[in-house]
Amino acid sequence: MPRIKSPEQLEKVRQEVLSRRDPGKPCISICAGTGCLAFGAAEVIAAFKAELEEQGLEAEVDTKGTGCPGFCERGPLLVIYPEEICYLQVKPEDVPEIVSQTIKEKKVIERLLYVEPATAKTALRESDIPFYKHQERLIICDNIRIDSKSIDDYLAIGGYTALAQVLFQMTPEQVLEEIKKANLRGRGGGGFPAGRKWEGSRNAPDPIKYVVVNADEGDPGAFMDRALLEGNPHSILEGLIIGAYTIGSHEGYIYVRQEYPLAVENINLAIRQAEAYGFLGENILGSGFDFSVKVHQGAGAFVCGESTALMTALEGRAGEPRPKYIRSNIKGLWEKPTVLNNVETWANVPLIINKGADWFRQFGTEGSKGTKVFSLVGKIVNTGLVEIAMGMTLRDIIYKIGGGIPGEKKFKAVQTGGPSGGCLPEGLLDLQVGFDELSKAGSMMGSGGMIVLDEDTCMVDVARYFLDFLTDESCGKCVPCREGVRQMLKILTNITQGKGKEDDIALLEELAEVAKAAALCALGQTAPNPFLSTLQYFREEYEAHIKEKRCPALSCKELIVFYIDPEKCNACMTCLKKCPAEAISGGKNKIHVIDQEKCTKCRTCFEVCPPRFRAVKIVSGEPVPPPIPEEARTIARGSKKNE
Amino acid sequence: MDNGRIDQIIDKHESAASSLIQVLLEIQSENHWLPREALTRVSERLDVPLTRVQHIATFYKAFSLVPKGRHAVHICTGTACHVRGAQRVLDAVQETAGIKPGETDLEMRFSLETVNCLGCCALGPVMEINGKTYGKISPAETAAVLQKYE
Repeated sequence: MPRIKSPEQLEKVRQEVLSRRDPGKPCISICAGTGCLAFGAAEVIAAFKAELEEQGLEAEVDTKGTGCPGFCERGPLLVIYPEEICYLQVKPEDVPEIVSQTIKEKKVIERLLYVEPATAKTALRESDIPFYKHQERLIICDNIRIDSKSIDDYLAIGGYTALAQVLFQMTPEQVLEEIKKANLRGRGGGGFPAGRKWEGSRNAPDPIKYVVVNADEGDPGAFMDRALLEGNPHSILEGLIIGAYTIGSHEGYIYVRQEYPLAVENINLAIRQAEAYGFLGENILGSGFDFSVKVHQGAGAFVCGESTALMTALEGRAGEPRPKYIRSNIKGLWEKPTVLNNVETWANVPLIINKGADWFRQFGTEGSKGTKVFSLVGKIVNTGLVEIAMGMTLRDIIYKIGGGIPGEKKFKAVQTGGPSGGCLPEGLLDLQVGFDELSKAGSMMGSGGMIVLDEDTCMVDVARYFLDFLTDESCGKCVPCREGVRQMLKILTNITQGKGKEDDIALLEELAEVAKAAALCALGQTAPNPFLSTLQYFREEYEAHIKEKRCPALSCKELIVFYIDPEKCNACMTCLKKCPAEAISGGKNKIHVIDQEKCTKCRTCFEVCPPRFRAVKIVSGEPVPPPIPEEARTIARGSKKNE
Repeated sequence: MDNGRIDQIIDKHESAASSLIQVLLEIQSENHWLPREALTRVSERLDVPLTRVQHIATFYKAFSLVPKGRHAVHICTGTACHVRGAQRVLDAVQETAGIKPGETDLEMRFSLETVNCLGCCALGPVMEINGKTYGKISPAETAAVLQKYE
């Protein structure tokens, strides 16, 4: 492919790509994102290839491995174009039927469609499924439409038009004004206005400047950025090049975690393709603007998601943050002005240029414009990636899109913002999602993890979990984080083990205050948030653990005991056979008893006891009833027959 | 891993000191651990003090200074898996394999690690062995899965 040298030539190439494509030709887009691959999507793709070849249809039907469209719960999923039929939970065995029925005969296979649980109605297209219907998919919608490894696919949907427009019809000042007008705020967590960040770098006197994509997505339970990197890497590149043009930078970096091998592969491929087409390198599209970009793989350190730590890591050193007396957009990488934005922020840029700031501003709330992608996970019916217009309430996200809590359990809290965020209780479900709204409630937007917790989740344990994570990930440079957070973890661990003391809460609050005020970077400053927000909304759980040595959620191992109710036990042998610790004694007609000495509290017996008996109980904060005498353990079957 | 191969990797990165992390990552991914001789070679060739190479090799989680077992067992302890009982899965695997996270057993059969999020939260709790995902796994099922790996 010779480099494209002008916007007119770009349009010509695009028309050529489009003219080679027949919109009526069947195309099977199969999600090849990490979630669907784990469900076996690779086997489904292979089965399609084999089946189409066998039927002699390879030339008449296209197949595509695409990025993640979000509905991970029902993977592997696929969409058949042009009808846009959406099939869920497809297995390799279904493939011959799909080819013979849907592709050849144009018949829909009902059992592979989405069925609405309440009405039993089926949904043919993605847009008919409630999970998708209530979303506002501006960024992530392209994932299923394009082969993530094909630049032609990106061009076919209008890719790089924004870049051509910026380079030939707009001055850097105009681009900056557009981004500022759109009020695009950083999607990585802080929510800092991107326009202001760019402006600072643009105005900095140093002639050498850098732009960086922060793809060090480390929050446990968050995978939005990966879906974009894997699924639509060119959209991020296009945004980055526009940013570079705006601030006058000629060199950029993409910092991506090595734990995302597919993302690393796809972004590297995208860069090579963009270089070949003339979107990167010298004299981009004949505009005279030069820009090159390198990929730097992160080696596994959560703290490197912090901007200054990330820049230190890019320099080849241990990723430790530094004080921000001077912001990194003035003095960042190699002490040069550096604009660092998150993956999703960059992906929003081409959209704003193409459609305009006014269009972008129609989505969202006063302070938070546009959409945000969240990974909706945990105790939720529809796990997956969701993109919503800011301002939607938590309730709508969890119930309308997420489908509520599985297993008829009660909602307890939703955790947002990752380890720096907090837990919001049921009373705040009508809170509108936005940067300022979430911060005010004691949590934060963060990068977009949204973990739903039900009544079985212990809130003290959630706080302990995040502090454990942060203790492990603290870089050790400053004392409040290295020592303070560690002490908080010790105290919280003691509380979950029933060793909590009366004044522990006060001590934790004191430590939290110091870390918030004195830690060097955002990791330490926000580390107390999981504790503070759970204390604010679930203080009674802390008190139950400390005063009564009771875990209200029946979750903390040291505070619970498993016990078989002899009145309910039917001696069915299920738990006895499944117990991995061989801690259950009994027999065919002999009521089962758990040996507390041997029990490892793995919960297996509780989970396998047939629902019609529900004989296994979890006891917390009260003594376990003594085992029934040996002679009373035999069940006379005749008398129990009718039960 | 011989010095020739290490030199090749370093040459690819133009012997720049700033590429230290990238060089170590490549050695780690090919060799599965970083022997002392490799660190010395990298230090000499990139002209970076050995102490700094050690600092990097111990600071970042991707690096291992000890050999790894034949099978890499990863238990996801991301938040979504945690609330779905990942700790109990981890306890069961520890019990069966006789090792804690970060350890390798004496027969070099398993290396056990916890990871922060594998990104397939719909499948939680998740155990991954040599890249193969075992989703919605219960503590009681782990022993049978481990048995498949010799």
